[in-house]
Amino acid sequence: MAFENNVDVEHPVHDVRTEAIKNFENKGFPSKKEEAWKYTSLNSLQKIDFSIFPKQDNAIEYKDVKKYFIHEIDTYKIVFIDGVYSSNLSETTHDGVDICLMSSALTKPMYKQIIDVYFNKVASKDESLTTLNTAFCREGAYIYIPKNKMPKKPVEILHFATGNEASIMLQPRNLIIVEENAEVQIIERHQSLTANEALTNSVTEIFAAKSAIVDYYKIQNDTANASLIDNTYVDQKGKSHVKVHTFSFGGKLTRNNLNFYQNGEYMDSTLKGVTILGEKQHVDHHTLVHHIEPNCESHQDYKGIYGDSSTGVFNGKIIVDKIAQKTNAFQKNNNILISDKATINSKPQLEIFADDVKCSHGCTIGQLDEDAMFYMQTRGIPQKEARALLMYAFANNVLESVSIPELKARINKLIAKKLGVNLGFDL
Amino acid sequence: MAYTEEELKKELETKEYEYGFYTDLKSETFPKGLNEAIVRAISKKKDEPEWMTEWRLDAYRIWEQMEEPEWANVHYEKPDYQAISYYSAPVVADPNKTLDDVDADLLEMYRKLGISVDEQKKLQNVAVDIVVDSVSVATTFQKSLGEKGIIFMPISEAIQKHPDLVKKYMGTVIPKKDNFYAALNSAVFTDGSFCYIPKGVRCPMELSTYFRINEGGTGQFERTLVIADESSYVSYLEGCTAPSRDENQLHAAVVELIAMDDAEIKYSTVQNWYPGNKEGKGGVYNFVTKRGLCETRSKISWTQVETGSAVTWKYPSCILKGNNSVGEFYSIAVTNNYQQADTGTKMIHLGKNTRSTIISKGISAGKSQNSYRGLVQIGSRAENARNFSQCDSLLMGNECGAHTFPYIEAKNKTAQVEHEATTSKIGEDQLFYCNQRGIDTEKAIALIVNGFSKEVLNKLPMEFAVEAQKLLEISLEGSVG
Repeated sequence: MAFENNVDVEHPVHDVRTEAIKNFENKGFPSKKEEAWKYTSLNSLQKIDFSIFPKQDNAIEYKDVKKYFIHEIDTYKIVFIDGVYSSNLSETTHDGVDICLMSSALTKPMYKQIIDVYFNKVASKDESLTTLNTAFCREGAYIYIPKNKMPKKPVEILHFATGNEASIMLQPRNLIIVEENAEVQIIERHQSLTANEALTNSVTEIFAAKSAIVDYYKIQNDTANASLIDNTYVDQKGKSHVKVHTFSFGGKLTRNNLNFYQNGEYMDSTLKGVTILGEKQHVDHHTLVHHIEPNCESHQDYKGIYGDSSTGVFNGKIIVDKIAQKTNAFQKNNNILISDKATINSKPQLEIFADDVKCSHGCTIGQLDEDAMFYMQTRGIPQKEARALLMYAFANNVLESVSIPELKARINKLIAKKLGVNLGFDL
Repeated sequence: MAYTEEELKKELETKEYEYGFYTDLKSETFPKGLNEAIVRAISKKKDEPEWMTEWRLDAYRIWEQMEEPEWANVHYEKPDYQAISYYSAPVVADPNKTLDDVDADLLEMYRKLGISVDEQKKLQNVAVDIVVDSVSVATTFQKSLGEKGIIFMPISEAIQKHPDLVKKYMGTVIPKKDNFYAALNSAVFTDGSFCYIPKGVRCPMELSTYFRINEGGTGQFERTLVIADESSYVSYLEGCTAPSRDENQLHAAVVELIAMDDAEIKYSTVQNWYPGNKEGKGGVYNFVTKRGLCETRSKISWTQVETGSAVTWKYPSCILKGNNSVGEFYSIAVTNNYQQADTGTKMIHLGKNTRSTIISKGISAGKSQNSYRGLVQIGSRAENARNFSQCDSLLMGNECGAHTFPYIEAKNKTAQVEHEATTSKIGEDQLFYCNQRGIDTEKAIALIVNGFSKEVLNKLPMEFAVEAQKLLEISLEGSVG
């Protein structure tokens, strides 16, 4: 892969970048030999000659991409086309809260103090793809919610790849800071509009201060030539609650690295996901919840349905430090294989150093209940719909906790489309 | 108050390893180091045929190219493979002699170990093969087993008397290049047990091997091969002890089981190698490769109670090759002080309608680390494969760790896999309840731990279950703070 020598040396975070590129050069792309990448190979992506920095500005009309927005409700929008901010599709604000651009936060002096405190602080400094992003990132969403505030409406972050330049690699970088007792809802989506190859290597840092609430939704329903490596790092302080829901329905290769660090007491972390795959798709959920202090909880629930020749990977890790007594950590991974060629690799992992804890994990691989199928068919529900109903029911635990009704309806539609049925009702 | 928890804790900490004695036996020990000449010398010592020598040398060459694995969740100073003596034998050992000729010191050692060869012959229905350091020193009951056509003898003898069987099966389940320790074992193994159960025979008694490392500066590399021919049944027991030493002794064994159509093998281990003292000095490195191959409708069941060793690296596995075959794994792993254990199983489902059950109980106390690492793999042709796994960990004190690394890989849509793991500590309310009813803390913990491990203890043959229960009590009680 060729990286154009196009780095801005005058940049205030230039030192951070220099160190990051050095670390990346030492490590290179992860290979299957590494335990964390045992089930996911990046070989097919490394063969493609991606262009890192777009050479031209590309414009899109709103009507062409309206369907990718949750247009039923009013939202703040931060939209990028081939990694470049699109002002005519976006709606940002500085009214009490900052919902704007990473590029301006990185360059404008008024943000310098915040950038110094937060930028690249929770993101890994030696995970190779994260360092690659740190070195080359230019743009992304910057969201700052001050103490006791809550934005009037949810925030949508959308990345479009137009593919006007053969193969493109995007390195978006989001920084989300939610101060004490503040709250925010965010919906993130990556969408390729082309048949050309697109690779997104995204890094999101989330800082949730005391008693903050962050509700984050990732919708992954990309085309068969789009790959996504999503690295999300969450730093939580006492009594905060961060929820991340990941809906993976598409894309060629998707890797979600979701890392939670609990730096405080009495907090809750929720990690949930629904994965429905077909064709030759590959999704790898790699989660880490690190319980550093006592009296915290974490809840993980990942459901997967795998068809055709798709591959699903779940690797969930819970670490409970010695002092993190009274931790309650739960992890669940349920999978259904509906095709002979589909594969699921699951590795739920516990590393526990404290004794007064309740930790459990469960993992199942199974089929749809034949008796239930038969029952529904005797009641006149066609086989295909009966199957879809059972799969809905299977995923429902996760869907239930989506707190934006319009978003829930949209995800229901996506699931119905993926399963090829129209049930005519919302769950 | 007669007996406080503090006192109990102190007593346990200072409790000596019961089998830590050393018996001064005249023995012949090879110089330290490993090279082709040593491998040849071992082979010559054993008076082995040419093919066996070549087999060993081939394994040695493979081993030279390999690197010691580092992926396990254990930390230790790597043994210097050139500082170990690969052959040590009590000079009196001669399998052709009767028990009466055996050195009195040796018999005294058995008595301390609790194996009185004579007594066992009379009272218990157990045939024993005893391996001290590198050679098999006593095999009982050979005659009565022989009447049924059962072959039970040291493997070195089997190489002489039944070369066809050994040649055909050795290394088929665990190839020489399987892993670092298996390759090392293939090159330098000195003895072990060989067992063959003919077609349709149900072995009338438990077969048992007792392993003991006696000499210092040596490693023990034994090799066990159990073949159960069609429709046969055998239950096999294995026990191990070693003297207390400051050095870390290496134990790298290989156990291969072959269950042919409709056969059943039950393999039980009580592993109680010297675990090191309470500062973590000394103790045995236990790097063992155990694997069984199941043909159609056969069953292999592994039961293990792991209380000893400074470092344990052990994954008894089943390859469920035949249709309708069954694999089982029941394990209790107890770690205390500075012990480290990384143990678990692999269930490889290849045949149709194959079933496997994994029950693993980990108990960690002191400053120990206890890991479960398991793989359940459902191949694309394994229709209707079924697995149930349960891994429970019990933590005592806040300086130890319990870890779970399950790998689950399914490639067939009819697969049904369930995995469940929990981690907890002994409930204060449970202890309180017992105390309230006049059961002191010591007994209460024993009771609770016993309850926790019951599912596995129940799977052990009677004599072993009692021993295992005792071992658990010694290793654990009072560790709760």
